[in-house]
This record gives sequence, structure tokens and C-alpha cells, in this order.
Amino acid sequence: MIPTSFDYVRAESLKDALKALSFGDGSKAIAGGHSLLPIMKFRLAQPPRLVDISRLEELKGVEEKGRGARIGAGTTYRELLDSEWLHQRFPLLTEATETIGDLQVRNRGTIGGSLAHADPVSDMPAVMLALDATFNLRSKRGKRSVKAREFFQGAFTTALAEDELLTEIILPPLPAGTGSCYLSHDHPASGYAIAAAATVVARKRKAVSYAVAALTGVGDMAYLVKSMEGLIGTEGDETSVAQAAAGATAGIEVNGDIHAPAEYRRHLATVITRRALEIALERAP
Amino acid sequence: VAGGDAEKAFNEAEVRVKERIVQQRLLPTAMECRAAVASYNKGSGQLTLWVTSQNPHIHRFLCSVMLNLPEHRIRIISPEVGGGFGSKIPAYPDEALVSLAAMDLGRPVKWAEDRSENYKATIHGRDHIQYVELCGTRDGKITGLRTKVYAGLGGYASTAAPGIPTILHGLVYSGAYTIPNIHGTIYGVYTAGTPVDAYRGAGRPEAAYLIERLVDLLAREIGMDPVEIRRKNFIPADKFPYTTVTGLTYDSGNYPAAMDKALGILDYPAFRQQQAEARQQNRYLGVGVVSYIEICGLGPSQVAGAVGFGGGLYDSAIVRVFPTGVVRVYIGGKPHGQGEETTFAQIVAEEFGYPVENIQIVAGDTETTPQGWGTYGSRTTAVCGSAVKVAAQRVKEKAKKIAAHLMEANEEDIEWNDGKFTVRGSPDQFKTFAEAALMANLAWNMPAGVEPGLEATAFFDPSNFVYPFGTHLCTVEVDIETGQVHILRYIAVDDCGPPINPMIVDGQVHGGVVQGLGEALQEIAVYDESGQLLTGTMMDYAVPKASQMPHIETAHTITPSPVNPLGVKGVGEAGTIASAACVVNAVCDALAPFGIKHIDKPLTPARVWAAIQAGKRGSRAAGQNGKETRT
Repeated sequence: MIPTSFDYVRAESLKDALKALSFGDGSKAIAGGHSLLPIMKFRLAQPPRLVDISRLEELKGVEEKGRGARIGAGTTYRELLDSEWLHQRFPLLTEATETIGDLQVRNRGTIGGSLAHADPVSDMPAVMLALDATFNLRSKRGKRSVKAREFFQGAFTTALAEDELLTEIILPPLPAGTGSCYLSHDHPASGYAIAAAATVVARKRKAVSYAVAALTGVGDMAYLVKSMEGLIGTEGDETSVAQAAAGATAGIEVNGDIHAPAEYRRHLATVITRRALEIALERAP
Repeated sequence: VAGGDAEKAFNEAEVRVKERIVQQRLLPTAMECRAAVASYNKGSGQLTLWVTSQNPHIHRFLCSVMLNLPEHRIRIISPEVGGGFGSKIPAYPDEALVSLAAMDLGRPVKWAEDRSENYKATIHGRDHIQYVELCGTRDGKITGLRTKVYAGLGGYASTAAPGIPTILHGLVYSGAYTIPNIHGTIYGVYTAGTPVDAYRGAGRPEAAYLIERLVDLLAREIGMDPVEIRRKNFIPADKFPYTTVTGLTYDSGNYPAAMDKALGILDYPAFRQQQAEARQQNRYLGVGVVSYIEICGLGPSQVAGAVGFGGGLYDSAIVRVFPTGVVRVYIGGKPHGQGEETTFAQIVAEEFGYPVENIQIVAGDTETTPQGWGTYGSRTTAVCGSAVKVAAQRVKEKAKKIAAHLMEANEEDIEWNDGKFTVRGSPDQFKTFAEAALMANLAWNMPAGVEPGLEATAFFDPSNFVYPFGTHLCTVEVDIETGQVHILRYIAVDDCGPPINPMIVDGQVHGGVVQGLGEALQEIAVYDESGQLLTGTMMDYAVPKASQMPHIETAHTITPSPVNPLGVKGVGEAGTIASAACVVNAVCDALAPFGIKHIDKPLTPARVWAAIQAGKRGSRAAGQNGKETRT
């Protein structure tokens, strides 16, 4: 439980941080440290240098942008939960955030840290897929934007280059008449999802006009469920919802481990998806 | 273990039930890991070892053997140790190595394990595979119990390991029932894993679980209510002391009273109705009943010798009264979270007419405390507490002589009223205990032939074990889609004799129940095929969290024990002994419509779901889907 020795620098500005990450020496950015430090203690990661970005004001904060939101990547979960505006506009995000870790974890952990780490069982990637977020990335070389739906590439693997920093999360406005739900079946020890579903639905008159579901904990990365299109145009009745949820793991290689064999996890993904859709539909006005 | 003729009973029985039960390997998980600091004075040849120990005198003896040092050159200090649950009973190689390093270097050496080392190298618990059978009559009378148990010991025999599945397990196979024929064969099996030793309950949960599961299986087989079958087979309250066919003599008990109290709290018939109504709506509710007994207050030293336990089982106390009347009590036991510092102060305070603040309890330092055998097996209040009581009585006898002398009265005329020594017939004349203590310590004016000073030592060796008991009830709802078990109510009625501190007793019940619920629902140590511990951190090994636990409703019946002056029985392990079986019984009751009779704990959602699927297919393989510990 003791990491290998490493250097540490605290970035005083975003520019500073980007420079420190630009040398191609394996330096890693650290914010809350709740993902990185444990794996360093187990020596699963042995970065030669940590670049501390936790005090960069440029990376913090939640604000309205268009009719959507801009969230600084260095914003802690606690700060997300403190934003009443964010809760009104994107209740899915706060519902998911409430399930993360415990008080101490939420006080330290950051949304950007979780996304860049891309743990296949963490909550935020599924939420970002369901909300169709865009991530703004910066490096000394320049800046670019990547859709969340292209950002995640595998377990602990993302579109981020070694010298890039995730700086902002942009959430587009949700369709009118939206209901959403985050439902997680947690492992009793780690609190991570064995299977969790983030769903967003909307109705026009009675018919379902919009439906997405994203799952985490099930495969090697969070993913969008493909079978949701079948729900659109239906009345969101029991049979339609069950049919849509039945495709929750289609085309996905489902994880199996000592806590949840693949057969169980596959079944659970379907149940969780169905229940999360039902709740989201109830919440859709 | 044998008593009666089990083979004949099974051959002639009207009904037989059997099951293969896995008692999974568990990680004790004391909040603080083990640690040791050794300091050796080369000049005097004196070793001081600070070590996380539940039994410093046993550590002194074992260190003397391991280090080849005479006992009087070893001082063991066990400070606050951050919990033990049995894992700090054994002598470990680490402590010997720390001592040897300090002796070699002539400098203090410190060692502390981290959590992943703790999970790998500190003892584990349980790890039985049990083939068990029960037989009886069609009308529910139990006639025989038979077991074949493979008890994993891990790679090496740990300090108390052989005693756990034998003395503390096989001998209590009769449970709370009159079972005329019992036969148990128990194999200790060396396996490629961490040594297994005493973990909260130590052998008794593994026994209570198999008995209580079998009783439910028999009830199911003959279509009898689990409450009624227990009532029918209870040892009657008027048959105590009761000797089981395994040779134990239960000290006292009233099992139907505890069960009735629990049933009343639940309103059992109302729950059965609620359960029936829920099933109409495809909701699966169940109730688990467990009437446990346990053997604790270990125990008569003579029995310890006879069964091959390597030490004595008495305990000790020195009660020392200072000139100002305040009291310090040095005890042989080593409380490590059980609250005996408070409980024992209360025993002395009541004896001397004092507030508890006047008494300080000292434990854990072999330099100052008398020879004792430590804290485990729910023994400390029954045995060491009795030593405290006897020593306090001796002190009070002497104080009474002095008080009589000071009041120029005959000792025979001295009474103890309202916390004071008074003279019969002249109620305004009195001496407090503190006044007598002052004179004892000054010795200006002592009765003839009475020595100065006021202290006494007592070594208490009980005449028998004590046998606490109780009934726990638990109601659950199972989400049959996810396999998630929700505990609706948990009711614990325990009888540990007269409680000295009811809040501490309830605290012990709470902690014990929670530890058993962890065992029932989520805790399991898993190795892979190459011997790698897969549950090596708290991210994988699911110690229960407060937010996962139900409200626990506690109540008590009080049946004093005749074997010690306090009348008390132990309560530290009772909750753990009862609760694992209670939850599994409840879940199996809830899932009876699927033909499910048994699911091996822990009842993780994955296992419960797999059992339901197997049940729906009409398969007997229910409950075997989860990966088992391979050691």
C-alpha cells in the first residue's frame, strides 16, 4: 500500500498545467486523487510525476450556457450537489452524484477526474452518454472538443492524449417534457455499480418522443443502449418498455466476476434498464 | 461427538432431512489492524512488547516459548487494540520476529500491518463444509442428528484453531432441543489458505446455523410451522440443569419464554397473514425463527485440561483501595470494545456504595495485572467479572471489621444500609466505606489482628460453563427480479442473565447481529485457483456498513446462571450466533413457493437470483451458482 516514489508539482495556472503535461514523460494530472491514488498505492499506476490541478479556479464551477450547462472539470461532486440550478435543469446528474462514494469522496472527487479515469464501473460516464455531453480538451498544442459518445474507448481508455487535459463538460439542453432516472445496483463493499442505468425520456402528448438509456458496470465501458428507438412513438406502456429494455446488453460483452457472474449481470442490466425507464416515464410530465 | 444411538435413530426414523452446508471463509476485520513494538534492554535482559492482544498473559507465555526467554523477563502491554473479534487471540510469527529484531539490534522495533496484509495474514474464520442430517417423527419430534464436517484450518494450526470446530462446535449439537441421539464426525483439514481460528462465535455459529437450518427443513418436510416444531422440542424450563447426550450440562434456561416474547413483539400471526396477502401480489415475504443456545463463560479450568485446551480458564482481579477511598481494579481479562471497564466499575461501585467515577479498571499490562486468560468466548463478565465481585466482597469484609472497630460495635451487629456500614439498633451511627478505607490505609486504629492496607485478590474458576440463549426473528422481502434481500424487521430477544449495564448489553447484541448479517448477506473471502486472495481489500470484501443495516429491536428475558456470583451469562457473541441462520431461514421461507429449501450464505443478489432460476426450473441445484471459497 505504498506507492513508488514520484515527483509532485502544483500547477498555478491552466497554462502551467498544460506545460507540465507536455513533456511526454508519463506525468499524470491529479485533482481529487480518489481514483489515481489507490491504484498508485497498489502500484497499478507508477507515474513519475503528478501535476496537481486541484486548485485551478479555471477548472471549477457550474454555469448556464445556451440553455444547457458548462461544468468545469475540476468541480467536485459536492459542488455539483450544491448547485440548485443544476438540479432543476439536469436532475439526472444530481441523482447520480448522490450515489457516488460517501461524504468524504464527494468532497474531494471531481467530475472531470472520474471521466478522464474512465473506470468501467463508475457512474459519470453513463450520465454523460445519456445527456449527450461534449468534452472540451486542452493541451499545449491547442484545444478540441470530443463528444462523450466518442470519448470512451474501453476500460480506463479515452480519447485523451497524454498531454491533454479535460477542462470543460458541456451539456446541451434537454428536450421539453423530459423525465430522467439514475438507478444503480451497487456492490455492497466498493459502492460501484454492478449494473446502473441512466435514462432520459420525453413525451409529446401521450407518445414517447425521446428515449435514451446508458449503462455502466456491465461491459468494459459505459455504453448507450441501442434498442431505445423502439420505444419512440409508443405510449411507454409496460410491454413497450420491457421490449426496449430487453435489448439492454445486445452486442455487449458482459463482465462476470466473483460478485456477479455474467449471466446474472446480463439479467440485472435488463431489469435495471426497465425500472429506470419506468421511473423516468413517470417523471416525464 | 456421540451420544445415544444415531444410526439406530436414523434407521428407524419416520422422516429424514439432509443438507450440504457451506460455512464460507470470513475475514474478521477488526477496525485496527495488528501492530507490535518491541523494546529490549540488553543490560537487564528485559523485553517489553506492546502488542494488539486480547490475552496478554497468554502472549507472555507463548512469547517465552517462541523466544526462549523466561516469563519474568517479558512484559506484555496490550493497549487499546481497535477491536479483535478473535483475530487478536493467537500468537503470530510477526510479534516474535519484531521481538527478535529488537533483541538483535538493541533498539526498539515497530511493525504494523496494513489492511491488505491484515486480510492476507491475520486469521480467518468459519470455513466449514458440513454434511448434516436430522431425523424425527411425522408429528415433529426430533429423534436424531448426524453430521460430517470438514473444518478448514488453513495452512497451519493457529493458536486456538483445533478447539473451535470441536469443543465449541460439536459439543453443542443439541442446541435448545432434547435430541436423544447425536453423532458428529469432524475433520480438521489443512488447506492452502490463511490459518482459520476463532472469529466471533467461534464454532457456535457454525453449530447453531446447521441445527436451526435442519429444524426448518424438518418442519417444511412435515408441513409444520417452524415455531411449533421448536416449541415441541425445546428442553422444558423445569429440566435444568439439563445434561445433553453430548455430555454438556446446561446451567439454566427458559427457551419458550424467550420465543414467546419475540413472537409477541413481531405479532407472528399477523405477519403470516401479511405474507399470504403479499404472495397474492407476487411479493415474497418471509420470516426466520432461530432459537439458539451457546456455550460461553469459558470455563472450568479442569474441563479445559480434560479436553486438551492448553491453558487455564479461570480469571482474576486485584481490588486495591487507596487512602482517599478511590479504587483501582487490576484484571486478568483484556476488554477491547466490550465495555467491561464500565461494567466492572459498576460491580465494584455497587459493592462499596460508590459512584462509578471512584473506580478505575486497569487491564492489558502483565506487569501490573494478575494472571488471567484473556477476553474471548463471551467469558469476561461471567469469569473475570466474578473475580472482581469476589475480590470486592473480600475487601468489603475487611472494611466492615474496621468500621465495626471504629464504631466500637460488634462485627455481627454491622449492617450495610444505603451504601453505609450501620450498627443494628442505632441507625444514625454509621461509617462510609471511604472512612473505613482511610483507616485501613493509615492503620492508626485497627482491630486486633487485622493487617493494614485494603486490597484483595481473587481468582475465580467457575464450576461450569454458562449457556445464554434467546430467540431472534427476522422478516424479509426478496426482490425476485434482482435477488436483493431486504430486511424488514430484526427482533433479538436474548437472555444473558441479569444485565449489569443494559445499554452495553444492547450494544453487544447490535454489533453481534450486524456481524452475523454481514455473514448472511454479503461477506465471503474468495481465493482464486492459484491461491490469490481475490477479496484482499475493503473494495471487494463487504463488511456491513451502517446504511446497509436494519433497525435492530432488542428485548431480554432474565434467567440467572447458578454458576457465578453475578448470575450472568455472556452476550458478546450471541447476536452473531443467531443472526446468520435467522436471515437464511427467513429468505428460504420467502422463497418456499419456488421449492427453495436452502441457499448457501452469503445471500448475495446473484446467488438468490440463481436459486430462484433453478427453483423455477425445478432443479435441486438451487444456491450453488456463486463461486465458493477454494482453499
